Amino acid sequence: MSNLNFTIPSKAKMFTYILMAIGVISIIASFLTDTQPEDAQYHQTRTWANIFIDSFFFMAIGLAAAFFMGLQYAAEAGWATTIKRIIEAVAWYLPYGLCFMLLLFILGQLHVHHIYHWMAEGVADVGSPNYDAGVAAKIGYFGWFWWLRTILYMAGWVFFTWKLRKNSIEADNAIGTDTHHWKNVKLSAWFMVLFAVTSSTSAWDWLMSIDTHWFSTLYGWYMFSGMWVSAIITIIMLIVWLKRLGYLENVTESTVHDMGKWMFAISFLWTYLYFSQFMLIWYADIPEEVIYFQQRWENFKPLMWTVLGINFAFPMILLMSRDAKRNFWFLTIVGTVIFIGHWLDVVMMVMPGTVGHHWTGLSWMEFGIFAGFLGFFINILLRNLASRPLQVKNHPYLDEAIHHTT
Amino acid sequence: MHAESRIREPLIIGDKSYRQITDDIIRPIEGKANKYWYMLFTVSVLTFMWGIGCLAYTIGTGIGVWGSNNGVDWAWDITNFVWWIGIGHAGTLISAVLLLFRQKWRMAINRSAEAMTIFAVMCAAIFVLLHTGRPWLDYMLFPLPNQFGSLWPNFNSPLLWDVFAVSTYFTVSIVFWYIGLIPDFGMVRDRAIKPLSKKVYALLSFGWGGGARHWSRFEEVSLVLAGLSTPLVFSVHSIVSFDFATSVVPGWHTTIFPPYFVSGAVFSGFAMVLTLMLIVRKVYGLEAYVTIKHIEYMNIVIIVTGSIVGVAYLTELFVAWYSGVEFEQYAFLNRATGPYAWAYWIMMTCNVISPQLFWFKKLRTSLVFTFILSIVVNIGMWFERFVIIVPTLCRTFVPGTWNMYHPTFVDIGIFVGTIGMFFTFFLLYARTFPVIAQAELKSILKASGEAQKKQAALHANDSHAH
Repeated sequence: MSNLNFTIPSKAKMFTYILMAIGVISIIASFLTDTQPEDAQYHQTRTWANIFIDSFFFMAIGLAAAFFMGLQYAAEAGWATTIKRIIEAVAWYLPYGLCFMLLLFILGQLHVHHIYHWMAEGVADVGSPNYDAGVAAKIGYFGWFWWLRTILYMAGWVFFTWKLRKNSIEADNAIGTDTHHWKNVKLSAWFMVLFAVTSSTSAWDWLMSIDTHWFSTLYGWYMFSGMWVSAIITIIMLIVWLKRLGYLENVTESTVHDMGKWMFAISFLWTYLYFSQFMLIWYADIPEEVIYFQQRWENFKPLMWTVLGINFAFPMILLMSRDAKRNFWFLTIVGTVIFIGHWLDVVMMVMPGTVGHHWTGLSWMEFGIFAGFLGFFINILLRNLASRPLQVKNHPYLDEAIHHTT
Repeated sequence: MHAESRIREPLIIGDKSYRQITDDIIRPIEGKANKYWYMLFTVSVLTFMWGIGCLAYTIGTGIGVWGSNNGVDWAWDITNFVWWIGIGHAGTLISAVLLLFRQKWRMAINRSAEAMTIFAVMCAAIFVLLHTGRPWLDYMLFPLPNQFGSLWPNFNSPLLWDVFAVSTYFTVSIVFWYIGLIPDFGMVRDRAIKPLSKKVYALLSFGWGGGARHWSRFEEVSLVLAGLSTPLVFSVHSIVSFDFATSVVPGWHTTIFPPYFVSGAVFSGFAMVLTLMLIVRKVYGLEAYVTIKHIEYMNIVIIVTGSIVGVAYLTELFVAWYSGVEFEQYAFLNRATGPYAWAYWIMMTCNVISPQLFWFKKLRTSLVFTFILSIVVNIGMWFERFVIIVPTLCRTFVPGTWNMYHPTFVDIGIFVGTIGMFFTFFLLYARTFPVIAQAELKSILKASGEAQKKQAALHANDSHAH
């Protein structure tokens, strides 16, 4: 029997602390230097936007991993049973990520930062200097109703993730019964329903509302595909790393191959949705909609093309072959690049609506703050991994996964 | 070694041997058709004939015999076209996507689903060829050399993209279907007694020998074709959705169209597979192969895709309000409360509410209920396309052009005629082709057969005891 109890290597722990230190220094340095005195509306927006981007990006990875975990149960999939604990570990970053989001929302409501235009004081009051008729028409959707939804999303997601994980660990000691499995199948079906609605609505509420006037029906699905592929990459990286350390003996090459297929397929899904949204808006050329891409085209053109290139062309060319999807070195390199590509995609969703024409190109601020959050993210994942055995026991599909071949 | 979990339900009921599977599936081909088959066939052919009559009348007289008018210049033709293409989608999904996901239950239904795809695309093609008004000039849809004059197809139009997407889709679907049939034709050939049918099936089976090398090639080509078809599942219906999103009314579109059309297509296609398979299963006595579990799985696909469609409808409504754009809001207000509100609410009921009933296990495992609902879903999906086109076109920007649309007997005749054609082809297919991919089905017998699973469970218990 291989070693199922993971102990965090001290080097890895040190690495995450160094990253976090870089992050803290970057945040402090950003607050000190990020000033635009000629614009009275500018309240260190770039720094706040960066913190927002990274809080959201890693939270979304946790959420997508939770979805992926639920999907396996709901679809009666057996192949991923040997990596279930890895998926669970990534999913359980969710509450930490949500804490950052909540903190940011509260600070926004207190007008410490101006990420959300609709949070501004007097935006719906005729006569106020901030009055905006477009926002005033739909202010009922924001305000307390927005807060209620936000709290419900957070509570709902955390509840399901927590419950799924709890049943999974309890099943380890329940020999001769599948009750925990069936409980999770049922829970997952409900989670999928909740997720189907909230993945879109939360994307509108938290991200689309940054560009308060703009709207696109596809936005929620487009964003979700990006976070899904990021979560898949995170899971692949952990598997590859743990296998190098000598863990996960039962995870076959075929399972890794299948995860590689997921990375490949969802990269295409993302591209498909990106293209659909872009093409239709470009084709119709309706001013209310096309402004979104115009801003990006004018101030962020190199980044816009980079995102598309990295997230589409890169996986398409490099992950097409079977051998590539089974090669750990290849998966790591391609995965790292696409991971950054999807982070840049979130940058592209947030920056134009917040920093806008003040944008001067990627700088140490973006990378430094990203490093800090990445360090924290990895640190939590390692702790989650160490807190439970790396493989489930007594799972009715376990044998299928151990003998999985493609 | 391949393992299958004990908690998975068997996909082949009873204690079947390879020989019995062959016998069960070949019976309709070798035997004589019963009177129900002849009755159904007669009705189908007569309907088909009526359709051909209406079609000839349209070609002879001109497209003015349709109900389309100045305002509503597109109506049943595009509705029917998209409806049929959508139905065809399930075949590709079952044969390609479910193959990539290694779903064993697809083996009971993939053959018929693929056949259905091909017939459905043929029905769809009729409307494409006809709606131009002068079908003898339809070759102008393809880019032609300049000798034909300066009239070129409009490459900016999704309608042209459709020509390429649908013809590619049709070609790949036929190849895929045929490749899968080769081993089964070999089986029919080996059993044929009459010299003529032996010759025909020998020709059709491409000299299939069933050796290891043949199987290896077969597997390889299936995977390649599945890989090619999967993007097609997305591209065809995305481009069909572009037809609507870019061309109905200038200034109106919603970005969610492509993925939701794909989902809607799978939704209606699965419903049609259910309609057909429930009949085939009953008439041919294939209850051991198309089990209640298979039907349950298909119904779950219907819940999932139906819910995606439902979420998309609600998203459209919400975003129309959220946008604050009057025209955007009017587009939906007009659909839900305008002159065609009845069509809108039929669509909503059939597509959003009715599939949710499948959350009850009792209902999704009931054959009668499934059969009724599978028809309800396809009525709903027909109205979805109708609702996007007709109510929108009858209320465009200039109120002077506002008018209603009334289908003529020719519109109805051609549509009903395609249904007749679809069933005529399907009934002929069911008499001459193995309706279940028996060669593939045999590959899962050891792991997923009921008797075999019981045997394995006994064996596992024994080895525990020792």
